[in-house]
Amino acid sequence: MSDAVPDQIYFEDIEVGDSIPELEKSPTSQQLVQWAAGSGDFYQIHYDTSYAQDTGLEDIIVHGALKHAFLGELLWRFAGPEGQVKRVQCSYRGMDPAAQGRESAQEKKFTLRGSVTRKYTEGERNFVELSVEGVRADGSVSTPGTGVVILPSRG
Amino acid sequence: MADQEFESVITDEMRAMIGVKGEETVSELTTTSVRMFARSVGYVDPAFYDEAVARDRGFRSLPAPPGYLGTPIYNPADSDPTFGGRRGSGGFRSPYPLVLNGGTDIEYTGEQICAGDTLTSATALASLNERWSGALGVPMLIQVSETTYTNQNGAVVAISRGTGISYPRPGD
Repeated sequence: MSDAVPDQIYFEDIEVGDSIPELEKSPTSQQLVQWAAGSGDFYQIHYDTSYAQDTGLEDIIVHGALKHAFLGELLWRFAGPEGQVKRVQCSYRGMDPAAQGRESAQEKKFTLRGSVTRKYTEGERNFVELSVEGVRADGSVSTPGTGVVILPSRG
Repeated sequence: MADQEFESVITDEMRAMIGVKGEETVSELTTTSVRMFARSVGYVDPAFYDEAVARDRGFRSLPAPPGYLGTPIYNPADSDPTFGGRRGSGGFRSPYPLVLNGGTDIEYTGEQICAGDTLTSATALASLNERWSGALGVPMLIQVSETTYTNQNGAVVAISRGTGISYPRPGD
């Protein structure tokens, strides 16, 4: 895959207000099962429709921690191979459904976005603070947050 | 608009738990567990899958993707069958039956976290607050827990803060 490792971006190339490259996800029931195995969280509301409905939910929902990990991937890609993810923070303001059966995953599209809010240098490290968010297919934000990455310098 | 008045459920006993660390949990990272976590998020970066690539990039082994702080060592004798961690750990129990995950905040110290590492963590209740939920029409208890992760060499690698929101069943 050509964009498996994005090109390195440098501290000097970033300005406050810049948007960073978006990351698009389409969580499916298969992905939630993979996440259950990867994270160790086997709570049934994430893969068993009747169990989820018994707790009052409309259907299975995406794990909050998976949405946090999506934001982590957004920042990992932005930081590039020489950068470092320093902090990933988010709030879960709403539930997000996952695509099941013949449903098109596109209908459950979940987009991760971010923009630079501050940049500063401490010692020899270059910090970039960002505002990040997970956005549903209808444009509403379910997962607002912040992030901090360390970027290399051209110097 | 003034907040709806409600009776606090926070007791002195609950306040006394703030800052008190619970039992330690030991979590492992292996090449297989790192690959499984990275695969489940959807990473395509080969550094999470190919050890040679990871080493070329300066990592000791496959690096942990952001959000992955190891898998608690599972033992049916004392692990929770659903969540994998120690059964009944955390100490603090909300008097409310329904729980939502309010948020996650993980800050890394910069120490590498890689396959082959063993992390020891301990969680302490950091704060307790209450708020009226206009949307649900019930009071909510908001608890923030802080967990410190230390690696096999005694270095702190990450601090995570989790927000839990608990509330009574609406209508009860």
